[in-house]
Amino acid sequence: MLRDITLGQYYQSDSVIHRLDPRVKLLGTVAFVVSLFLSDYFLGYLVAILFLAICVELSTVPFKFIVKGMKTIVFLLIITVVCNLLFTTGTTVVSFWKVTITVEGIRMAFMMALRLSLLILGSSIMTLTTTPNNLTDGMESVMSPLKKIRVPVHEISMMMSIALRFIPILLEETDKIMKAQIARGADFETGGLIKRAKALIPLLVPLFISAFRRANDLALAMEARCYRGGEHRTKMKPLKYRKRDGIAYGILVIYIAAVIIVGKFGIPVGGFVW
Amino acid sequence: MSIILDHVSYVYDADTNMPVKALDDVNLVINDGEFIGLIGHTGSGKSTLVQHLNGLMKATSGTIYYNGEDIYDNDYNKKELRSKVGLVFQYPEHQLFEVDVFTDVCFGPKNLGWDDKKVQLKAYEALKMVGIEDEYFYQSPFDLSGGQKRRVAIAGVLAMSPEVLVLDEPTAGLDPKGRDELLNKISELRRTTGMTVVLVSHSMEDVANYVDRIVVMNKGRIMYDDVPSEVFKNYKELEEVGLAAPQVTYIMHALNDAGLKVDCDVTTINEAANEIVKALKGRK
Repeated sequence: MLRDITLGQYYQSDSVIHRLDPRVKLLGTVAFVVSLFLSDYFLGYLVAILFLAICVELSTVPFKFIVKGMKTIVFLLIITVVCNLLFTTGTTVVSFWKVTITVEGIRMAFMMALRLSLLILGSSIMTLTTTPNNLTDGMESVMSPLKKIRVPVHEISMMMSIALRFIPILLEETDKIMKAQIARGADFETGGLIKRAKALIPLLVPLFISAFRRANDLALAMEARCYRGGEHRTKMKPLKYRKRDGIAYGILVIYIAAVIIVGKFGIPVGGFVW
Repeated sequence: MSIILDHVSYVYDADTNMPVKALDDVNLVINDGEFIGLIGHTGSGKSTLVQHLNGLMKATSGTIYYNGEDIYDNDYNKKELRSKVGLVFQYPEHQLFEVDVFTDVCFGPKNLGWDDKKVQLKAYEALKMVGIEDEYFYQSPFDLSGGQKRRVAIAGVLAMSPEVLVLDEPTAGLDPKGRDELLNKISELRRTTGMTVVLVSHSMEDVANYVDRIVVMNKGRIMYDDVPSEVFKNYKELEEVGLAAPQVTYIMHALNDAGLKVDCDVTTINEAANEIVKALKGRK
């Protein structure tokens, strides 16, 4: 049941994308997200879709697996579409009761849905192809200039890597406790809001206890290994740029340029420029 | 009255590039009143198998019948099945959550919709069955010792009056004394109530003294399914899959090889002692 959550989960494989330096993937994702806001017309998005499709293909992660992570944002997506559809003013297409749907509304809803989906898909490619450890290493390295203004970069990245590491553990734990309580006749699926919220108590209490126990154990284990923050700490596997990372940066620059240039052109369809 | 597994298979992560076959064409009949030991190395699929017995997991293919009814039928009452087949998970003390021991044990029977009187009676009986004294009833379950917590958790399942009790590694993490106490309690329980018990373990030593049938699992398949003495005859094959026969088996085989004619089929220490005494007397 809970195994279906893929957002922020690593998918093991050995592809070009997997082997890229995490810093490339981090900056690449940021660039991709920014690129989604650079163009006003559909053609620009087409370039983004194409770029993403190539990345997905190269990553060897099954598309089905990536889409499963989208389930979590379906609700958000629907709200976005409905709001944009109903509350954008412009040329009316249909009008019934108090609702008017405009050409601008349709266009806006479509664009926003597309933008949001691409955003999630793009960032899940990064998390699916990068191990949490690698990701936080990359983050630490990318953010390291901030150390100069006394941002505790190492501590932040350590906290992130621990948090990320605990997601699958706690999910598994939740699954286990849930099953154990279902075996005792607990019912998590039927009833009204209050009944369902109450039904969560047998799940949440053991989960919190176990989370605290694990946190305690981890703290003890870190202390036993003399962990005391980032000062003078060296890495077993320091990040190193390779040739393929340079090429990837090159491709990114070309991609951004392509989005900016292509995004300037709109196609007039249905009385409006797409 | 029985559980029948008919060609049951289960695949984890079927849609990734690393599907894992946890169960591979398992056929098994659990008869009423039997005491079965389900043995297997870590990852052999034994925990997956027991979660199928009460319908928590749905087989990728195959059918499971409880008392002649297909549990995957759409109109089959899963909740009732879960009360009939009581499943005690590994480290069951991790599921305790209530403010006191008694209320926690009441959770299961309450979910079955019984009236308060029956719920409390069953909870009381269950706590007595596992040997928890009255003085602990209104303590927080988190203040108890590890062994006591586990017994309270088992009582939580027993209170639902199951016909079949499935225990997944009930002795994991207990000290030898706690382990023997718990296994004796389970054995006694089975003798007095006549319920069917399935005991999951990776230790032959644990189960050899108690069960009347052993099912050995390896890589999702059933490797042996027989009475203990027959299963232990294959002690060399068992070693190959990371298991071992009880030490008694090894001693008896070693004695036999050394020239003392003893029966190698004994499974418990008492039987072995008698057998050796008999053999020694016979030699004089």
